Amino acid sequence: MMSEHPMPLWEVFIRSRTGQSHRHVGSLHAADAALALQAARDVYTRRGEGNSIWVVPAASITASDPAERGMLFEPAESKIYRHPTFYTIPDDVGHM
Amino acid sequence: MYTQALNERETVGPGEPVADAAFQARIDAEERIEANDWMPEAYRRTLIRQISQHAHSEIVGMLPEGNWITRAPSLRRKAALLAKVQDEGGHGLYLYAAAETLGVTREALVEQLLDGRAKYSSIFNYPTSSWADIGAIGWLVDGAAIMNQIPLCHCSYGPYARAMVRVCKEESFHQRQGFEIMLTLSRGSPAQRAMAQDALDRWWWPSLMMFGPPDGESQHSDRSMQWKIKRFTNDALRQKFVDATVPQARVLGLAIPDPALRFDAATQHWVHGPIDWEEFRQVLAGNGPCNRERLAARRRAHQAGAWVREAALAHAAKQQPAARAA
Ligand SMILES: [Fe+2]
Ligand SMILES: [Fe+2]
Repeated sequence: MMSEHPMPLWEVFIRSRTGQSHRHVGSLHAADAALALQAARDVYTRRGEGNSIWVVPAASITASDPAERGMLFEPAESKIYRHPTFYTIPDDVGHM
Repeated sequence: MYTQALNERETVGPGEPVADAAFQARIDAEERIEANDWMPEAYRRTLIRQISQHAHSEIVGMLPEGNWITRAPSLRRKAALLAKVQDEGGHGLYLYAAAETLGVTREALVEQLLDGRAKYSSIFNYPTSSWADIGAIGWLVDGAAIMNQIPLCHCSYGPYARAMVRVCKEESFHQRQGFEIMLTLSRGSPAQRAMAQDALDRWWWPSLMMFGPPDGESQHSDRSMQWKIKRFTNDALRQKFVDATVPQARVLGLAIPDPALRFDAATQHWVHGPIDWEEFRQVLAGNGPCNRERLAARRRAHQAGAWVREAALAHAAKQQPAARAA
């Protein structure tokens, strides 16, 4: 079998037409950014899924460590005073 | 089905934990397992094999239908078929990408397909000898694929489940365009009607085989169910498919080629006759009508595209210093 040079991996983000933030939709392999954009357009926007694409080299992404999930995210769970429902407001104040 | 060959037992290495209580607890709590999470090696290997077989099936599945793109009977049919085959290429890509999150490279997966080590769905080793086959494939093969893929949207492995959500959104057009072809032919001239019946006669049994061996024989099923990679057994999915499809054949006015087929009033299910599992084993073992042709076509396409990949990489390497200087 022929030996192949690996194609760099890109992560693809698309902004839907409703004007939301770019959202991760998947990944693909391409030699460079221009080809990655073109492939992303062909693969991920064939049915009007969006009007803007970002492609990011997968190697440029730094991810949080799943083992640190507790340390990173559990502290927020006990801080219920960060949510509006924590505060009691009399009914006659109306919507607030 | 697309992942039918999964029913082989996964070997467990010496000293390797088969089950892990904490991991199983996450599965039982319907948590999604993500790429960087700890997982038993057997779970990883099972997924790599299943997802890559699924990906290979999408890619090889482009060949039988690609056969009719240039000969579609109208521009409308041609555009639809082209779009469908293009979707299948996309499905292959989503799935390869999901498999790669488990630590295997795309190049290695493609190599496994091309050198014949990897399996893909048996269904794509049958020939498409008439235009009606394109209708039968969309209706039956994509219909069976949908049955299998919908539960996979809830599979325990996050990247696979998300890929399946995208795939499922696209599949329903495939099935409807196939059914519409069958409907048009079945309401056409006697010759067209005969063509549709002939396609159903040839695709019916291979479509039932897509769901894999009967439950008694699929040793691997249990662990996949326990890991929530699989949510229904092969026979349960096959039954759903038969129940959904028999009434559709009536709408077409076509006869399902199974003299033993009957409706069981007690269970409210259609009961089909015996499946020729020897034929299934032969096709999986590489002896179907088109196995060699399919692999040869993939190898040819891969080799013919090699210069494009090399040129693109060479161009990217040349541009890089310039980009840094700018
Ligand atoms: Fe597909
Ligand atoms: Fe499809």
